[in-house]
Amino acid sequence: MNHTPSDAEQTSTAASAAPSVPEPRLRVDGLTVRFGGLTALDDVSFEVGRGEVVALIGPNGAGKTTVFNAISGLVRRAAGDMRIDGAPAPARPTGLVGRRVARTLQGLGLFDSMSVLENVLVPLEARSGAGGRGRRGDAAEQASGCLGRLGIAHLAAVPVAALPYPERKRVALARALVTDPDLLLLDEPAGGLGEEDIDTLAEVVREVAASGCSVLLVEHHVDFVMGVADRIVVLDFGRVIACGTPDEVRADPRVEEAYLGIEPAA
Amino acid sequence: MDRLLFLLATGLARGAIFALFALALVLIWRAARVVNFAQGAMAVVAVYVAFAVTGLTGSYWIGLASALVAGGLMGLVVERGVMRFASHASPLSGVIIAIGVVMVLQSALGIAFGSNTRPMEAPFSESPIVIGGVPVLSPYDLFVLILAVGLMGVLALLFTRTSLGLQLRASAFAPEVSRLLGVRVTRMVTAGWVLASAVGALAALLLVPTELGLNPHSADMLFVSAFTVAVVGGLDSPPGALIGGLAVGVLISLVTGYLGATVAPIAVLVLLVAVLLVRPGGLFATTEARTA
Repeated sequence: MNHTPSDAEQTSTAASAAPSVPEPRLRVDGLTVRFGGLTALDDVSFEVGRGEVVALIGPNGAGKTTVFNAISGLVRRAAGDMRIDGAPAPARPTGLVGRRVARTLQGLGLFDSMSVLENVLVPLEARSGAGGRGRRGDAAEQASGCLGRLGIAHLAAVPVAALPYPERKRVALARALVTDPDLLLLDEPAGGLGEEDIDTLAEVVREVAASGCSVLLVEHHVDFVMGVADRIVVLDFGRVIACGTPDEVRADPRVEEAYLGIEPAA
Repeated sequence: MDRLLFLLATGLARGAIFALFALALVLIWRAARVVNFAQGAMAVVAVYVAFAVTGLTGSYWIGLASALVAGGLMGLVVERGVMRFASHASPLSGVIIAIGVVMVLQSALGIAFGSNTRPMEAPFSESPIVIGGVPVLSPYDLFVLILAVGLMGVLALLFTRTSLGLQLRASAFAPEVSRLLGVRVTRMVTAGWVLASAVGALAALLLVPTELGLNPHSADMLFVSAFTVAVVGGLDSPPGALIGGLAVGVLISLVTGYLGATVAPIAVLVLLVAVLLVRPGGLFATTEARTA
């Protein structure tokens, strides 16, 4: 059952330690997702403010990607409310781009048979509709600009299947950024990258956030998360067990126990 | 030698038709992961429309245009009305529904037009042109080749240079990812069916004047040959359909010319079995397969 906005106002912020923002970019309130008898997410609540970078961390199977899938309309929620800029999140994944939400995937989900440029053009062309004008117009310029921003403009004509993994990750990021989203969902963006590429990624994330785009990311790379996130939400067994700034989360004994595997001091 | 040249030329013309029809099967397979066993019956409906329109207007070209439109409409109706409801859990459900569509369409055509074969005129002569004393292609064969190659060129441009083509490729490759990127995958599936059915209708229209004529089963053997082509070429591979179509066309022509018409279907089956044994994914199968 979905909550009304007034319900949400009354029940939210349980896990939010950040200063409250009048209308957060993303508000997740009491989100519960069940797969048959398994409760994957249980009453998860958090917010992402405008231009804020929030990281979702937790052990494998904690429900991080399920949160993304719920926001994306890929899984149905059993309870709870999700609002983007105050309006209900789209029920179907095709509605994301229209709501200025972009997402990357753990497995990247690139179209291997297409060139780098074509991959980045897909969301632009989808937004303009099937009858949109030819690809050599503004869309191609916009896509090329985005590739240049990520330092891969010279790879535009290369099939993505021929690229090494770090470049493939940049293509996936470019495909998400090309629509100029207000909310960016990054699923393990640093996974499989070397330190240099992770530093570059962190710079890009900070630049994106500085431009006003909110970023919600799922990540296992602790140093990256601690360096780039304004706030961190920690999930364990589908529940929020901690939320706060990187320093607050780092010092939380429940996080050490659940995520870092350190037994709390007796 | 003269005979070989003639058989090769006519084989290419016939192969171009197989290639077009196989391409229609490949387009639907890529869009919906269904082997459209109803493609032949749907195409014959469009050819009957063309036959009627040509009879009314006296123009083959208006008939050809009407076949394309009718074929596209058949694709729209069958996908939206029936195939969309096929369970995706098992590929068998789509196959069974398609076979049901074949039975309904062929019965309806039989009731409406009877089972008699109606001769259909070709717009150009079917007598071979003799060059240097060697009979080669007929003007109609040449027309078929030019039209088939031209249409494939148009399709290639559509898929590589247009917004619709890009989204069709994206949704065929990874529908779930495409949805996340805003692609209306359901519409793309419908568009794939419309496009493929129009192409299939044109292939059947081109074939019928070279056969005995038009009846509700006119495209049955065309489907069998084109299905072989699609499997030999790789169900995911449009270039495979093109090359496989030409190869099967030439094979049938050569075997018919040298060993007799009754041996030709056996040769096609031998080719099919050989490819399935050696390379089950098809000769031109690539890694370009659906991922989500």
